Amino acid sequence: MAEVSLHKLNKKFDTTHVVKDVDLQIRDKEFMVFVGPSGCGKTTTLRMIAGLEAITTGEIRIDDRVVNEVPPMDRDIAMVFQNYALYPHMSVASNLAFGLKMRKFEKAEIEKRINNAAAILGIESLLQRKPRQLSGGQRQRVALGRAIVRDPKVFLFDEPLSNLDAKLRVQMRVELKKLHERLAVTSVYVTHDQVEAMTLGDRVVVMKDGLVQQVGEPLELYNTPANRFVAGFIGSPAMNFADVTLVENGGKPLAEAEGLRIGLPGELAARARAKAGQKATLGIRPEDIHIATAADAPEYCFEASVEVVEQLGSEILLDMRVGPALMVASVEPTLRVRAHDKLKLALKPERLHLFDAESEAAI
Amino acid sequence: MIEGALWRRWVFYNIPLILFVFVLLFPFYWMIVTTFRPDGELYLPWNAPNYMPFWTNNPTFEHILYLFEETNFARWMFNTMFIALVSTVISLFCGVLAGYALARLNFPYAGGLGTAIFITYLVPQTLLFIPLAEIIRNFQLGDTPWSLILTYPTFLIPFCTWLMMGYFKAIPKELEECARIDGASRWKAMVYIIIPVAVPGILSSGIIAFTLSWNEFIYALVFLSSPDQKTVPVGVTSELIRGDVFFWGPLMAGALLGSIPVAIVYSFFVEHYVAGLTGSVKG
Amino acid sequence: MAVTALSAAESKRLSPRLRKLEDERWLAMALLAPTAILLGLFIAYPFFEGVLLSLSSARVGDPGHFVGLKNFHKIWDDSIFRTTVWNTFWYTGVTTVFKLALGLWLAILLNRHFKGKAIIRAFILLPFIIPTVLSTFAWKWMFDPTFSVINWSLFQLGLITTRINWLGDPDLAMTSIIIINIWRGVPFFAITLLAGLQTISPELHEAAAIDGARPWARFWHVTWPLLMPVTLVVVLFSVIQTFADFQLVYVMTGGGPANATHLFATYAYQLGIGTGLLSEGAAISLAMFPFLFVIVVVQLLYIRRVETR
Repeated sequence: MAEVSLHKLNKKFDTTHVVKDVDLQIRDKEFMVFVGPSGCGKTTTLRMIAGLEAITTGEIRIDDRVVNEVPPMDRDIAMVFQNYALYPHMSVASNLAFGLKMRKFEKAEIEKRINNAAAILGIESLLQRKPRQLSGGQRQRVALGRAIVRDPKVFLFDEPLSNLDAKLRVQMRVELKKLHERLAVTSVYVTHDQVEAMTLGDRVVVMKDGLVQQVGEPLELYNTPANRFVAGFIGSPAMNFADVTLVENGGKPLAEAEGLRIGLPGELAARARAKAGQKATLGIRPEDIHIATAADAPEYCFEASVEVVEQLGSEILLDMRVGPALMVASVEPTLRVRAHDKLKLALKPERLHLFDAESEAAI
Repeated sequence: MIEGALWRRWVFYNIPLILFVFVLLFPFYWMIVTTFRPDGELYLPWNAPNYMPFWTNNPTFEHILYLFEETNFARWMFNTMFIALVSTVISLFCGVLAGYALARLNFPYAGGLGTAIFITYLVPQTLLFIPLAEIIRNFQLGDTPWSLILTYPTFLIPFCTWLMMGYFKAIPKELEECARIDGASRWKAMVYIIIPVAVPGILSSGIIAFTLSWNEFIYALVFLSSPDQKTVPVGVTSELIRGDVFFWGPLMAGALLGSIPVAIVYSFFVEHYVAGLTGSVKG
Repeated sequence: MAVTALSAAESKRLSPRLRKLEDERWLAMALLAPTAILLGLFIAYPFFEGVLLSLSSARVGDPGHFVGLKNFHKIWDDSIFRTTVWNTFWYTGVTTVFKLALGLWLAILLNRHFKGKAIIRAFILLPFIIPTVLSTFAWKWMFDPTFSVINWSLFQLGLITTRINWLGDPDLAMTSIIIINIWRGVPFFAITLLAGLQTISPELHEAAAIDGARPWARFWHVTWPLLMPVTLVVVLFSVIQTFADFQLVYVMTGGGPANATHLFATYAYQLGIGTGLLSEGAAISLAMFPFLFVIVVVQLLYIRRVETR
């Protein structure tokens, strides 16, 4: 059983408060992803779990054991670094063996584990090479291998895919997911790439400015973001936002802005009614906007003028102007459209989001 | 964090560091205290009672005055400074040009010449001083500052060349190529583009050359004889000791005052000095 | 017509290229000329003169005549010379080991972030910057048998009752100069090794820490091997300087007591300049060369081996 729990975790560097009151329970065998922009505190949190940074206040428990004062080598963890941190003067085999040698494992056991890890990762032929003779992807695998042979309670990953080129990153993502299914070890993974977060995580923690914005399963974050930041961070292309005022028109709540008059469905309407007259932010994802047809209710339609057409092959991204606001819509690739065209578009009412203008929390 | 708890940090890092700094700097403190102690307090045996060696309550300038009045100390300072500055300029001139040639130009024997210059750095002055004394005498340079100004570059130039080569190699070729396209000749590109960019390297070489000149002893000892031609290290050694009697007060005053110019110049260029030192080892 | 036009264009193309090459070669020669002249005149020329001198019977005021290897036979039979050889090797060996160990330790202590690091780093280099003769005098005053502050401190701490004759006793004299040389050389080692340490990514230490390596294991398996190239170069420079050292011994002991601290350089000085036996002094100086040569070649080969490992 390897649970990791963070309780009221805080970290200050001199006077800079980089991690604020983080509370989290990571379950056994769970793959937990920390995601957020640079400087949000995710790497610092990971390093505190590893024991590479001192904890200012709060508690970290691994397997119900408080590890605040325990040095990294005694926490039974393994870490994969962003720059791989392979020992350049040792062969791949020695790199893999190092941790086991330090813990005085038997030679036979070390051999066994190395061969096992090498087989899993497909690096048997590289065992006698030095790191400088390997490609980026191969080094990545060796770094993974070093963590696997240790058979630890927790895996820690510090942006391991950031240094790989785009194609390789996609490939490695899939391999990491397969690896986790096979090894089933509790993992904490840090990344700034929300695609990695969505595809790899059992649950995802979104952080900003040292604070946890939301914790949940990827789909939860996508469908019901807790605030504007999470809504804009998750999903690509990013969600469209428009500054609106909430009004009541003959008993029906509307979101109003220049060039935009959108009705609000069911539950959302009820909550919006309570804030009538106030400013808010309307959110709708590009994939939830389509060309209006006769079947679309007029209160969910709006007009826009196309500025740029991005033909991707699998879809078309339209950069459009709606009043003073700029929005992006994702439509079928077969649509015939050109810049400066005026279009009528509709959105899916159940996919509308509203955020309080001041607190940015979801309404 | 991997250093461990606070007590560990103090025991394993801070305390040893403080000890190192203390041991490395204590002799200078001793120099200062001795310079300002009156003779009466100075010459107390080591096991005399009530002896407080680390401080004096009666500071005096008598040793410093003795230094300036009874010896040519001021003259020695001037000599040393003059020789150091001129040698440094000569060595920088040669070193910058040679460093550029070896780093940037393709010509036959480039590798061989580079190695040859490196090898001369490995021939110590103590190997050459006897024949060199004869040669200096034959050139009629004996007992003049020129005997040193012309010989100091022998150990300064290799070092400057070595260092400047490293700096020049680090300057991207594109800079020069751009200048050449803009119409500059090879020579002009070197003078107007490359050398200004290499100024940190030149400062590093210069400050190290300067301190090495002040530190030289055996050539100065052997080539100079008149008291008013001597450099500070030689003068202090020969004029402040009469037979077996050491004039410790003035000696320490001489040592202290002789150290100050170098220390002051160094303090302005610490970063360059360190960069030069580490650059020479990595190259 | 077309053919001649082509060859005219070709020859035009050749000349500039040739001109450039000539240009570079001339430029290179011009740039290297001052260096070549100075080094040739004051290193190469004296070196050969020194060889000739050592093969002659020259004295001060007497050019002497060619005597072959007689001087070298003479110094080989000279017991003082043999003591000198032993002294120099002992001096160089012991100081280098300690300078490396202490310098490395100091570099590790400095390889962290703390307030005042830049100032401490600047102050630490002072023993290396200040002219050796001057700081050696300070040490001589500290070691003076009658007035030594070190003796005073040890006496106050109750560790000694009679004075330690630092400079009068042969073994202690050697120990004294070794201590001073170490004091002077540690900053050089520390600063250059610190630069080497800083090229080792901290991630490697962190990975090793997570892998279970305690501080000493981290040093031995990660820091030391990666520092090796820089270490070897630093040791090479230091060995050459120490082997040929003159100033320190001249000021502290002049080579005594009873020749216990004579090095090649000081003995050469005493014979050549002090006693006027120029040719024998030259022979002793030159005797350094084969030893230095071997040391340098061995180290350079080792460096090359480490770098291509």
